[in-house]
Amino acid sequence: MIALTCPMPQLDFDVITLGHGSGGILTSKLLAAGVFDLLKNPLLDTHHDGAVFELSGPLAFSTDSYVISPIFFPGGNIGELAVNGTVNDLAMCGAVPKYLSLSFIIEEGLPMSEFWEILVAIKFAAERAGVSIVTGDTKVVEKGKGDKIFINTSGIGQVHPQAKISTTYIQPGDKLIVSGYVATHGIAIMSVREGLDFETDLVSDTVNLNHAVKSLLDEFGSAIHLLRDPTRGGVATVLNEIARDCSLGIDIMQEQIPVLDDVAGACELLGLDPLYVANEGIFLALVAADVADQVLTKLRETDVGKQAAIIGEVVPEHPAQVVLTSRIGGKRVVNMLVGEQLPRIC
Amino acid sequence: MKFLTEYRDPEVVESYVGELHKITTRPWTIMEVCGGQTHSLVKNGLLDLLPENVRMVHGPGCPVCVTPVHLIDKAVYLAEEKGVIMCSFGDMIRVPGSRKSLLEAKAGGADVRILYSPLEAVKIAQQHPDREVVFFAVGFETTAPANALSVVHAQRLGLTNYSILASHVLVPPAIDAVMNDEDVRIQGFLAAGHVCTIMGISEYYGLVEKHKIPMVVTGFEPVDLLQGILMTVRQLEAGRATLENQYSRVVPAEGNPEAQRVIQQVFEVTDREWRGIGTIPHSGLEVRPELAAFDANRKFSVSIPKVPECVDCIAGQVLKGIKKPYECSQFGKKCTPENPLGAPMVSSEGACAAYFHFSGVGL
Repeated sequence: MIALTCPMPQLDFDVITLGHGSGGILTSKLLAAGVFDLLKNPLLDTHHDGAVFELSGPLAFSTDSYVISPIFFPGGNIGELAVNGTVNDLAMCGAVPKYLSLSFIIEEGLPMSEFWEILVAIKFAAERAGVSIVTGDTKVVEKGKGDKIFINTSGIGQVHPQAKISTTYIQPGDKLIVSGYVATHGIAIMSVREGLDFETDLVSDTVNLNHAVKSLLDEFGSAIHLLRDPTRGGVATVLNEIARDCSLGIDIMQEQIPVLDDVAGACELLGLDPLYVANEGIFLALVAADVADQVLTKLRETDVGKQAAIIGEVVPEHPAQVVLTSRIGGKRVVNMLVGEQLPRIC
Repeated sequence: MKFLTEYRDPEVVESYVGELHKITTRPWTIMEVCGGQTHSLVKNGLLDLLPENVRMVHGPGCPVCVTPVHLIDKAVYLAEEKGVIMCSFGDMIRVPGSRKSLLEAKAGGADVRILYSPLEAVKIAQQHPDREVVFFAVGFETTAPANALSVVHAQRLGLTNYSILASHVLVPPAIDAVMNDEDVRIQGFLAAGHVCTIMGISEYYGLVEKHKIPMVVTGFEPVDLLQGILMTVRQLEAGRATLENQYSRVVPAEGNPEAQRVIQQVFEVTDREWRGIGTIPHSGLEVRPELAAFDANRKFSVSIPKVPECVDCIAGQVLKGIKKPYECSQFGKKCTPENPLGAPMVSSEGACAAYFHFSGVGL
């Protein structure tokens, strides 16, 4: 991917200071010279306390906070993650994302150049997703009271007219589709964490999924029964939530789950199960059995769905449980993640 | 993935499973010693593929599980009260002590770090000459060389702020202790492949001889485990009791002499308490007295009271293979991985946790 950049404006400080969050002249300068200019749109240009707009029909509303470490990782940074994350949450509701809010909590001392890089990533991520950032907030906390930068985004979207997304529509026989490689984001982040010196060319797959979702809803409408992005807790945790909510069983086939070789290797080394590793650039879809193959074909035509695969189905047996058939034909229950997945001793 | 997929080949698995079904004529009880093997058996769904007559019981080979509670209390104390940088392998930090786990101590502000190698801890000691750095050195013979090497490195670098809190345990004395228990009905053993990679196989001839029991040094992949079980059942059906090596691609008969040398250089054999089992003579390693400066047990002389095990927990019987995890009245009820009552539920390699996570029994 080509790194997109914008020239950084001339600012008085090399680092963010407490004054930049005071609401006074430094805040104003930072916003005027940086944020407003970069994220420019008619609603933001009013510089008001909030955005005023009209939207019709059923709406979806979502929020998420981003507290990752490191804030820069192979394939992206916390900025695009904050945009894609909320955009994708809205898409999973069957909505077309429209407007986002953007709030920063910055630890004083963050280099201005890093803040700028994050802002630029936000700008391009919002453009790719076709959303506008229409309101926001900036706070600065003392050194040691934060971890470089935390970002919150909330978003509003219009529910697609053909969408009927709910666990109540799930039926036995529904097919489970995953839109791409599992566990890539989590392992890419882990590869650059302190104390883990494994070398890999892996990059995070963080991306907006809303265009792919819209194309599926346009064509298949209510045959798409559920959409979920398996972020924290990974595929296993989300599938358990779905099975519990619809009181049906879910069978998955290990052989069919797409995992990059590098990711599978890293998981072997670190003693992690890819099913529990966090994802960013993929989603799970439960779709009516009679259209599953067509959905798969359509999804594979999109930028984000080239590796999509049918990995399982909904079954009336073992309600509220997820059962995996291993590569060698053995079966086991896949439970929810307990706490954080920790590397094993040996 | 080379060296991995061939040991997960469904066709090979099927042929071993078929052979096992063909040759098994009577009920046999076999113990896999190592927690890694338990994990793999359950995770890959292998137990379902075995003939009904072949019953696997799960041994005490989870070092995290058998680490005594008072040592965890000590690690927590050092991290909280002495201000040390407490470094540990990942799965050790969630194990509850009598008051709290290292994870909870971390949440309370203690400096607890998860590392993949003890040599990283030596680096941290170099970077923080004003702080004491302790590595919680847990494990069987497998992790002992790396932990020993960290002491050798620290000594070579002239560091005075690095020490290890050693809780090393040894496999052969544990097998002996299990077999000496009169309630135990085990007829064959899968010995732990990785331990033998370091120590070789010679220690096991005596055990085979003494207990007249077949033993097969076995690896961890599905094909390894099934082949190991098949080799054991073949011996049992033929009335033989010998030591065989299924994992010869990794385990040379003499082990790794260089690794053994560094273990000898830093550690000596001692009696060791096993959580859930009790003290087993000559079953652990401690830092040699001449290296006391690198031994957190001697360096920080704090007295941590011993606490009794939970009375509802049948960990001792599970670790000796007398009972299955789901035969415990508390399994999946009062005792879960989030709130473990005893040793085998605390780490993902413990038999109870493996059953809880993967088999769905009792849920």
